[in-house]
Amino acid sequence: MSNTTKVTIKAFRFNAETDYLPYYKSYEMEVGKDELVLDLLNRIKWEHDGSFSYRRSCRHGICGACGIKVNGKPVLSCKQNAMALVELFGNELTFDPQSKKRAIKDMIIDKSDFWEKHAAVKPFVVADIDEHPIHETKVTKEEVENILDADYCIQCGNCHYACPVLEANEEFFGPAAFVAAYRFTVDPRDNAGKERLKMTSQPGQGVWDCVKCFECAEACPKEINPIEKITRLHNLEFEKGIATRNVATKHAEGFLRGMKKTGYLDEADIVLYSEGILGMYKHIPTAIKMIKSGKIHWYSGVPFINSIPKIKNLDEVQKLIKISQTNKL
Amino acid sequence: MSQLHYALFTGCTAKQSTPELLSSTLAVAKKLGIKITILEEASCCGASHLQDFDPFLSHVLNARNICYAEKLGLTMITICNTCQLNSAMTKHKLDTDPAYRARVNEKLAEVGLEYKGTSEIKHFLYAIIDEYGLENLKDKVEIPLSSFNIAPFYGCHNIRPSELHHKSNGGENPYNPSSLDDLIVALEGHPVDYKSKNKCCGFHVELQANHTSEILTGNALLDAIDNNADIMVTPCPLCHLKMDTYQDTIGKVMGRDIELPVLHLPQMVALALGCSEKEIGLKYHVTKAKHLKGA
Repeated sequence: MSNTTKVTIKAFRFNAETDYLPYYKSYEMEVGKDELVLDLLNRIKWEHDGSFSYRRSCRHGICGACGIKVNGKPVLSCKQNAMALVELFGNELTFDPQSKKRAIKDMIIDKSDFWEKHAAVKPFVVADIDEHPIHETKVTKEEVENILDADYCIQCGNCHYACPVLEANEEFFGPAAFVAAYRFTVDPRDNAGKERLKMTSQPGQGVWDCVKCFECAEACPKEINPIEKITRLHNLEFEKGIATRNVATKHAEGFLRGMKKTGYLDEADIVLYSEGILGMYKHIPTAIKMIKSGKIHWYSGVPFINSIPKIKNLDEVQKLIKISQTNKL
Repeated sequence: MSQLHYALFTGCTAKQSTPELLSSTLAVAKKLGIKITILEEASCCGASHLQDFDPFLSHVLNARNICYAEKLGLTMITICNTCQLNSAMTKHKLDTDPAYRARVNEKLAEVGLEYKGTSEIKHFLYAIIDEYGLENLKDKVEIPLSSFNIAPFYGCHNIRPSELHHKSNGGENPYNPSSLDDLIVALEGHPVDYKSKNKCCGFHVELQANHTSEILTGNALLDAIDNNADIMVTPCPLCHLKMDTYQDTIGKVMGRDIELPVLHLPQMVALALGCSEKEIGLKYHVTKAKHLKGA
């Protein structure tokens, strides 16, 4: 019985210096059950085409160099078993660089946008250091646990290049930079937390532009769950009093307005409250379409207002909000 | 098979801008002989935004919703991916962190409730597939959807983060989900294979980052159209609102005309089961969909 499976690999090929357009080249090989994606990359280079290029270094899942995408799934080549991918996607695997538009040669991309954003959040402890300390800096168990697993990031870029926001908005810091910002902001030795929270709360570049798709959580080979840290940055803005009143923060806090009145979110009120009266004009064409199709209900001649049913036992929700609310805007 | 009985967490959208979601859900359940008890006590899940503002409060309120399913001794079913995610995240947190659960229960005790962790939480999609069964569903098809190419749009919060959905919510691989495709086949429609089916619609940043939101919706709609879709179907009313309501404005952003009817998951099932026009509620769509009934 054969211990190998025949697999066709379609690899993205491109040389920015000589090629006008990228193309795919197919390689057939027998793949064993213990082979990693990195082994297959090596075999393309060693057995088929010595010009095939990719980044590799430690082979231990710690240097973060060998991230690529296989059938759209971000993988760290040296950690990802190839047969697991064959089970998931079938016998044809497509190897792409993390970002096709940033490709330099085959799997190698220009990662400068990643490093610039990483550096911008000050990914280090900012502190006045006593050069001759008498004893070590004491950090409690709770303070260490609060860093969560953010310290395990290897800057492979898998989450960054899986994030759909960055495809539409190049200003956005991206999940890896947010993980770094969180990691050092909650470090008890650090003094730059407020500065980082202000930076990561800015519209366009900051956490409020996150679409909550959880692609970063799936993409991380170290299982760090970047969106958990993004949510913690949202929370810290309110806990530390950094949050300013804008459309995004009002939208988050404004859920409670409807919930106190009816138990439900008030879909019309949340838009009005978040955007303000002047901000409403751009929603008028949509509102008219929604009224026409009956999505917005008329009630006593006024669209939507007071037309929302109330939940049963609304008083419980009102009381729980009163006794459990921790943050304020 | 003993009769299936679920506690339905409707969410806000089904009670407001997408009444067709609720009526078609109830119609499908009736046709299939599934008993539904609506959790009229359940409040908003916070939709991930309240979670950004006040995580403890949102855990308390979501735990309260789950308490009412527990009281009935039933599995809680959801008809919105984001309700599913926030309910399941709360359950996961309380079931794995006893000290935190005690803090939440301290608050719930003030209104005479206690979270016990005895109810599963499952989207209606997976209740149909995993518990009712596609083979049983096939027997009930009255109007096969064989004249339609249907693009499944899975919606992030039913498939990611995967560890949250492994236990009782389908357990799909987010890079190669198949439930909606299988359901479309069971109803004799033709599933459209396209890359954007497991991508994000951008709904959650519609107000603060409208451009990002429009690009994501536009990419997905055009990808479906370019792969010959006649209809898109989604288990999430938030994806539905984004995809159905804004096609003309997004068409302007993308520089192409966009017209693609977008169905809620239970609407698609209801069409195949021969439910009434009123129950399916196609008149509530902004993008014309009425022609689908009787096509």
